[in-house]
Amino acid sequence: MSIKAEHEIHQRRKGRNVGVGLMLAAFVVLVLALTFVKITGGAFELPRIEETQ
Amino acid sequence: MTDASYQPQTFEAEASLGDYFALLKPRVMSLVVFTALVGLLAAPISVHPVIAFASILFVAIGAGASGALNMWWDADIDAVMKRTAKRPIPAGKVTPDEAKVLGVALSGMSVMMLALSANLLAAGLLAFTIFFYAVVYSMWLKRSTPQNIVIGGAAGAFPPVIGWVIATGSMSIEAWLMFALIFMWTPPHFWALALFMKSDYDDAGVPMLTVTHGRKSTRVHILAYTVLLFALAVGTAFTSIGGPVYLTVAVVLNLLFLKGAFDIWRRNEVQAEADGYAVEKSFFKLSLLYLFLHFGAILVEAMLPAAWGIWA
Repeated sequence: MSIKAEHEIHQRRKGRNVGVGLMLAAFVVLVLALTFVKITGGAFELPRIEETQ
Repeated sequence: MTDASYQPQTFEAEASLGDYFALLKPRVMSLVVFTALVGLLAAPISVHPVIAFASILFVAIGAGASGALNMWWDADIDAVMKRTAKRPIPAGKVTPDEAKVLGVALSGMSVMMLALSANLLAAGLLAFTIFFYAVVYSMWLKRSTPQNIVIGGAAGAFPPVIGWVIATGSMSIEAWLMFALIFMWTPPHFWALALFMKSDYDDAGVPMLTVTHGRKSTRVHILAYTVLLFALAVGTAFTSIGGPVYLTVAVVLNLLFLKGAFDIWRRNEVQAEADGYAVEKSFFKLSLLYLFLHFGAILVEAMLPAAWGIWA
């Protein structure tokens, strides 16, 4: 008896993994876009480096 | 891995991505997105589109997280009620622990990200909203008092305030008027539902007003809240978020809503059963349209130039 490599569950699991992967990728893009907008906006200031003696 | 490890039961029970999404109560999320967006756009300070998009998304995720926590806690009630029996946990697609972990993780993520994208006050309000819905409403009020819907309605009323705070960083009377609109709308909306889904709440042992104080009393309560809502909704037209478009919408809808509530109050159970709760069902449908059109009108007013005579 041969073992069937592709069970219906594998397809379902694959669909779930692809979905999670796409959501993570979208989250990375969103954080990148947010960072870009925040640092190019007028209110953003670089932290000052304190002078040390 | 060997053939001996093959477990068909486990495989059959494995959830799809859609089952996890259903845990987030997508329909409630869509209402949250809409009202939060209106709050954000009605505010006097404009927000960068990317920040607005991200912030509203995090509010929606926070709302979804509280929905997952609610489904985790209420799985026993959901299994008894016809309306909720097909939700992922009672249907056996997702385990209660998975729902809890998803809810907690998304709650933390959404609050932290909203603090970064908008401000700490908005994030604090979102955290309070999640706490209010998951703990105060789901774990405490829902099973202990017939005022569950009244006080618990506050959780659904916070999104426009959060939207306003995302834009302005502070709260004002207009934001709380939008809060009050949803807060006062929630009880008649749910009590109408409880009137025609009567066996559901009885079977689940949830102390809805229909169960604890009777159906006649519920009809009186619906009318009383609708009268108060009328004054509040029409009065909002004369604030900075109102205007002639909003006033027109508010007057028409509130007259219709008041008529519906009056018809519900006049009826008794024999009449209602005779026509299959037709009046209660149409009042419930109207209530959905009521909220959507009121916030739609606030949105239209926000988009229009501020040159409206007394409203300018």
